[in-house]
Amino acid sequence: MRVVQFVVVLWLVATFTFALIRIIPGDPIDILLPTQKSNLQAKAKVKEVKEDLGLDKSIFTQYVNYLGDVVTGDLGKDYGSGRPVTDILKKALPVSLQLMLYAQILALAIAIPLGVFTAYRAGTRADRALNATAFGFLAMPNFVLGLLLSFIIGAELKWLPSVGYTPGWLDPIFDSSRTGNFGDHIQSMILPSLTLAVGQIAVYMRLLRSDMIATLQENFITMARSKGLSDRRILWRHALRPSSITLLTVAGLNVGTLIGGAVVVEVIFNMGGMGKAIVIELNEKQYVALQSLILVMAALFVLVNFLVDVLYAIVDPRIRHARAAH
Amino acid sequence: MPAPPTDGPRDDGRDVLVQPASEALLAPERDGPVVEGDLVAAAATDTHASTRALGLGAKLAMGWMGLMIVLAVFAPLLPVGDPEKTITLDPPCPKVQTLGRTLEVCEITGLGPFADDGTAPGYLLGGDGNGRSMLARLVYGTQSSLAVATGAVLFGMLIGGSLGLIAGYFGGRVDTILTGFFNVLLSIPAIILALALVAFLSQQSAKGGQASGLPRVVILILAIGVVAVPLLGRITRASALQWSQREFVLAAKAQGAKHARIMVREVLPNVLPAMFSIALLGIAVAIVAEGALAILGVGVQPPTASWGNIIAIDRSFLTSGSPHVVIEPAILIFLTVLSLNYLGDVVRARFDVREAGI
Repeated sequence: MRVVQFVVVLWLVATFTFALIRIIPGDPIDILLPTQKSNLQAKAKVKEVKEDLGLDKSIFTQYVNYLGDVVTGDLGKDYGSGRPVTDILKKALPVSLQLMLYAQILALAIAIPLGVFTAYRAGTRADRALNATAFGFLAMPNFVLGLLLSFIIGAELKWLPSVGYTPGWLDPIFDSSRTGNFGDHIQSMILPSLTLAVGQIAVYMRLLRSDMIATLQENFITMARSKGLSDRRILWRHALRPSSITLLTVAGLNVGTLIGGAVVVEVIFNMGGMGKAIVIELNEKQYVALQSLILVMAALFVLVNFLVDVLYAIVDPRIRHARAAH
Repeated sequence: MPAPPTDGPRDDGRDVLVQPASEALLAPERDGPVVEGDLVAAAATDTHASTRALGLGAKLAMGWMGLMIVLAVFAPLLPVGDPEKTITLDPPCPKVQTLGRTLEVCEITGLGPFADDGTAPGYLLGGDGNGRSMLARLVYGTQSSLAVATGAVLFGMLIGGSLGLIAGYFGGRVDTILTGFFNVLLSIPAIILALALVAFLSQQSAKGGQASGLPRVVILILAIGVVAVPLLGRITRASALQWSQREFVLAAKAQGAKHARIMVREVLPNVLPAMFSIALLGIAVAIVAEGALAILGVGVQPPTASWGNIIAIDRSFLTSGSPHVVIEPAILIFLTVLSLNYLGDVVRARFDVREAGI
């Protein structure tokens, strides 16, 4: 059942990206190749695009062909440089995936201890100070934070590279020619990951704090206390797990925010990921390539949501049983 | 589609904090049916209570937003000059050290507070990368940033709110279809969806020639507004669903009132508080979204200034000795988003019985 929903959503998203170019009234070729109608070389290109996309056929045939292309992994190409979109993806996708992964790990690694601490010390000065800080960081857009970190820690203090990217462990899997020193890779990823993580830290911390405060009022915690267990043990072994289910769900669903954020952060740090690829295709007015890049980002999000949903059922037995009952 | 276990919007980090608003009305304050006279009385006591409860933070936030609104509305009347004109100073011009020589520079490009080459005399906030007055650009930037953000949220409230109201009120198949529609829109990452809409809408309008083409500001309002539709729609739906099952709605039905009338006169007034607190946060999110789109090259079209595109266009000046070009608009964005978030929280806390009861 989950799988059917997953496929349906993917299909709807593909239909949406297909429609982006076609529903606009007029000849799609004007949009796809806006400046290149005059000279002879351009005429050949127009012919190529028309044949590739089947623009002289009916809209229904075009749609069926498009879906067929997507399913078989043919995502079109940049008609300016002639590069297939799959080549662009091989270079760009691992950058974005690693950035999102590091940011998510960093966010959880910082937010969980802070959330536990603020719940334990709820109402104290430390709790209020941390909450106020988190609230402040929520108001800081990632592009502003990224620029400031790049400027202060990168350009002024020179502790870390201010811009740029060194390939890491995931890049050679997509494209074997892209390898790099792992130390350099980590160094180039610290500031971008931190930029992307900060907004999530504030959200996760506040979420865990409020759930944890509720858990700490439960009877089994009083029971554990009366057994004489240490606060540390109660917090980490007894209270954290039941308090973290909402957090994990939100962390999964937040991947959409991470994808959007990664695109922007990559441009700020000039990292050559999906964000940079999108900006290039946008500037070159390569709408076929752009359409495919958007489709990939959306598909990634749908995929992660699907996986989170499945994992969630595995982690929480109550949900598994509730679904089985339907 | 993957059904999220939580019922709140899930696309933006901020929404997590917003979530309780949708639950706020699950436990309404008053038990009695709301009749029209009662509503007026309730509104009166609400206003009274809210002024009493306002803390210093809320007052500061309201003051800042008031200032921003004044800047935005009265920008052409304020003595800030032309935001699109490159300034030429009258001699004697400031002296700048370049390659060991001292030059007189009569343009204010990159000059300003904290700039390596010194301040621009007569221009308090300095000049941008094209030698235009930062003060003028920031004031006019306030105008376009707030116009885009407010317009987008109003669009989202109008479309998303109506659809959510219809879904929540009628329930059943209508609800299933509309919720499915919201979920599909939510399955595309927000910034990517907005980017796609701006890119393709502006292409369309460029094709029709300048006369028939939509201005970029309108395109941005539509694009960000469409992204806001499912978020506001789901919150309105959740709230409307609760209120539609109350006795006073049943009473209205029994009296033979039409659906449209019940929705507008009975359900909508109760749903509005939840929508309003989300709208404040929504404006904050939309301001940031315009900035992010500007970084990606599809924000408000230069030479028109917006907070986002001032940062996006001149961000290289940050590292080349003129940090004020980025820092000044960044401060405006930060304080405005902070104020809106704070006010949103205040409004939400007032209607969130669960939290207010603790």
